Amino acid sequence: MPSDLIAGIVAGLLVAATPLILAALGELVVEKSGVLNLGVEGMMVIGAYAGFAAKVGTGSYGLAFTTAILAGAAMGLLFGVLTQQLLSNQVASGLALTLFGLGLSALFGAKSTGLTAGAFPRLDALGLPGRFASGTDVIMLATLALVFAVAYFLERTRAGLVLRAVGENHDAAHAIGYPVVAVRMAALAFGGGMAGLGGAYLSLVQTPFWVERMTAGRGWIALALVVFAAWQPFRVLAGALLFGGITILQLHSQGFGLKIDAQILSMLPYLATIAVLIVMSRQGRVGSSSRRLRAPQSLGKVFTGTA
Amino acid sequence: MRDRWLQLEPRRTPSQAMLYATPFLAFALTLLAGLALFWLLGKDPMKALGLIFVTPLTSVRGIAELLVKSTPLILIATGLAFGFRAGIWNIGAEGQFTVGALTGGSVGLYFFPGGGPLLLPAMMLAGALGGMAWAAIPALLRTHFNANEILTSLMLVYVAGLLLGLMVQGPLRDPQSFNFPESRLFQNDALLPLLIPRTRAHIGFVVALVVVAIAHVVVTRHMLGFKIRVLGDAPRAAAFAGFSEQRLVWTAFAISGGLAGLAGLFEAAGPVGQLVPQLPSGYGFSAIIVAFLGRLQPLGILAAGLLLGLTYIGGETAQIAMSLPSATTSVFQGLLLFFLLATDVLVNYRVRLGRVRGAGQGVV
Amino acid sequence: MIDRRNLLGAVAGVVALAAGVTAATAQTPPLKVGFVYVGPIGDHGWSYQHHQGLLAVKKEFGDKVETTYVENVPEGPDAERVIDQLASQGHKLIITTSFGFMNPTVKVAAKYPDVKFEHMTGFKQADNLATANIRFYVGRYIAGILAAKASKTGMIGYIGSFPIPEVVMGINATYLGAKSVNPNIKMKIIWVSTWFDPGKESDAAKALADQGVDIIMQHTDSPAPVKFAEERKIFAVGQASDMKSFGPNAILTSIIDDWNGYYISRVKAVLGSTWKTGDTWGGLNTGMLAMGAYGPGVSADAKALADAAKDKISKGELHPFTGPLKKQDGTEFLKAGEKIADKDLAGMNYYVEGIEGALPK
Repeated sequence: MPSDLIAGIVAGLLVAATPLILAALGELVVEKSGVLNLGVEGMMVIGAYAGFAAKVGTGSYGLAFTTAILAGAAMGLLFGVLTQQLLSNQVASGLALTLFGLGLSALFGAKSTGLTAGAFPRLDALGLPGRFASGTDVIMLATLALVFAVAYFLERTRAGLVLRAVGENHDAAHAIGYPVVAVRMAALAFGGGMAGLGGAYLSLVQTPFWVERMTAGRGWIALALVVFAAWQPFRVLAGALLFGGITILQLHSQGFGLKIDAQILSMLPYLATIAVLIVMSRQGRVGSSSRRLRAPQSLGKVFTGTA
Repeated sequence: MRDRWLQLEPRRTPSQAMLYATPFLAFALTLLAGLALFWLLGKDPMKALGLIFVTPLTSVRGIAELLVKSTPLILIATGLAFGFRAGIWNIGAEGQFTVGALTGGSVGLYFFPGGGPLLLPAMMLAGALGGMAWAAIPALLRTHFNANEILTSLMLVYVAGLLLGLMVQGPLRDPQSFNFPESRLFQNDALLPLLIPRTRAHIGFVVALVVVAIAHVVVTRHMLGFKIRVLGDAPRAAAFAGFSEQRLVWTAFAISGGLAGLAGLFEAAGPVGQLVPQLPSGYGFSAIIVAFLGRLQPLGILAAGLLLGLTYIGGETAQIAMSLPSATTSVFQGLLLFFLLATDVLVNYRVRLGRVRGAGQGVV
Repeated sequence: MIDRRNLLGAVAGVVALAAGVTAATAQTPPLKVGFVYVGPIGDHGWSYQHHQGLLAVKKEFGDKVETTYVENVPEGPDAERVIDQLASQGHKLIITTSFGFMNPTVKVAAKYPDVKFEHMTGFKQADNLATANIRFYVGRYIAGILAAKASKTGMIGYIGSFPIPEVVMGINATYLGAKSVNPNIKMKIIWVSTWFDPGKESDAAKALADQGVDIIMQHTDSPAPVKFAEERKIFAVGQASDMKSFGPNAILTSIIDDWNGYYISRVKAVLGSTWKTGDTWGGLNTGMLAMGAYGPGVSADAKALADAAKDKISKGELHPFTGPLKKQDGTEFLKAGEKIADKDLAGMNYYVEGIEGALPK
């Protein structure tokens, strides 16, 4: 294969993976704090709209991405108020959040359909040569850096330790004096912000325009990725590349005339996630050395904050 | 407690008054928010609310459609509530719904164009068994591999959807469909009898009522209901009392999967009348919300299923009559759910705006 | 049932009341026409074009009609209820605009014999249910000519949704149009198994471009591929509506669905009580198919060839599917000089000879 083609495939794979990585990283931090937010799709689509509208309104990409992050974070905080302040059930609240986000973005977004936001500059604009540079962008690089940052935060910083402690056993963390609810609210704001940014990548870089429901299920894939990754940031990266890779390679194989059943191929990531989940859960139960590979123990449980 | 904005003080026993008052409070809040929403959109708020909540109930057609829409919600939510009370989280009912429609529908298509009077019962059985079999996967993964059932059951939703797509594109495809992925239209023997002539209301709703009644008896009077409550509220006590958690996991998944599968078959053999890739339209997820709105009680679920169904039908009515964008319905439903979920806190807690004087004692 | 509804509806019947007042004051009540769309009216493609038809009907008939539309109706169990609801509310002409609405429309039509139904792109008719479609393949044949003339790499990329005859005939027509001006033209086809997923459509366009195509054609509904082509500085053909604004430099032309004329004629027929069932398959000559203005990438030479083909097709002198033509497997399906019958076209499930790759079954 010519090197241009390979560079193109790799760049295409990264583009497909970036929104997934962003949303999944956010959800990973949320789940590490012991909260399960199933509303990723809703937060993503709000980010996609808010970012696009801000770009059209102001012309600035900086403002656009900031708006998307803030809008996503606001959605995350809304979920936080429901589940952390008012102790609502997380599963039901997350589903309601998705419904609300899809509706709200479509309602506001009706007027923005058909507008264009211009082409987001790629790395070749910085003078880098080649097909690879023309298919990659700074958000993508920032996303890769963010994977490292989140891994560092969770493993190496005190705040990260507190967050994990809260997610493992909220009662114990509370007894030590950690602010369980505040930590979780912060995690939810971060998770929402990342989902919003992922959505904006879709509407400002990947497609780039706004139409309602444009996230087309990517929020749910991000949720699957977190599990697939066994709550490890670097595995999120690997998983997103795999998910993105399967999509892109499937498209390319068709272009080359190879006959592969699209539906069977599309099932693979989900089946792989279940397989990984089994392996991780088994390890998590048997050996304490791999304890960090299993789900946070307080995941999805209500913290009543007594004592 | 200082990091929470509101001060929550646990009640010693859940407030019975609040249990019944909160749905009305939430409903009142939603109406207020709805007034604001429609006013902002420049639509007559009273008219919109009347169209959503009242108009569908004033015609036979509207009521029939309400039954059609609520039947799967009530069936699935009743099954899910068993597990939810025991802390067993089957959120993949959408997948079990899909597989139930597929297995039950396949039985009907196998006997095309005949079948006789026993065909429909056979399809219902196959649908329920199909849903159960699909639910058995996360049950097995939880009991044998300790894998989180929320996530495995969710993953299987996508696999089920793709499986349905594969089957209607391949072996089950209607030979006269010009390659379009859909099955034949079911023969008469494979269609559900109608409750109200000239409408789509089918006997599935009666089955749902029976299921709710049985579930009510089981939950309130039967040992299984007791075990499920204990497991959910105090897992250690349950273990001490010798209740097998594994057995309850299997039971909960069998019930919820079976009912979701049955609901799927009803959808295929009722309003749709064939297998199409668009068959799973989100009932499995909406039912989770219904289960919580109904406070996990069978009778509550019956009411909640009818209410959510009403917002769907009424939303459409308002869309048609007032040219409201379809997104308004989603926003409105989202608000309703937020308020219902949020006010739930009043049942188990006293909410204070000031500081808590003494430390509250937790429920063990 | 309608009487009963009005009686009980008095509680919430502000609408019914308002409608009643207008009806009483006007000499004849306006004809109520209902439209059912699969997507949002703001999709800038398929549903948008149908909504243009509604607006045209409104403009043409003014007070004589009252139009209603329902958007975002899924092609599942909900469709039948929406159609039924329109019928029960006194709509006398109901237009359903997606293939997946076929069986629901058939079922509702059987229940309301006095209501006229129009289903777009389907193949099942009844006494009160007519069908109509547009000869999109003609537009694709002409676009194929433009594409082959504009391509430097000699490769056309095509994004398909589902391998139904509608889409397959479009691919074949594109290839035949392209081959008529460049016998060595190659096509690369990617199926995305969706009508609408901007992200995936964009990924597919990218994959095609990376494999060397410099023309992107699509049979999916979002403008993402056109937008991508603009960014990549290659060419694209718009789908359903004029997509020029998404790629002013990239666009060669758009294949535009124009339902306005058909809808106006059908409303007129109902008003004049001359409505009859039937199957209309409109093309360039009836105005149901229009080609968007040529973009800057179309050479004078290409323009002349395309215009000539357009002219001949309109006059009936040329049919894109004229023999001798062979299927991909080498069997002949049209003898020399033979034109394909509409019913064979409507069930087309094979590629013509020269297209590479297998058609998914």
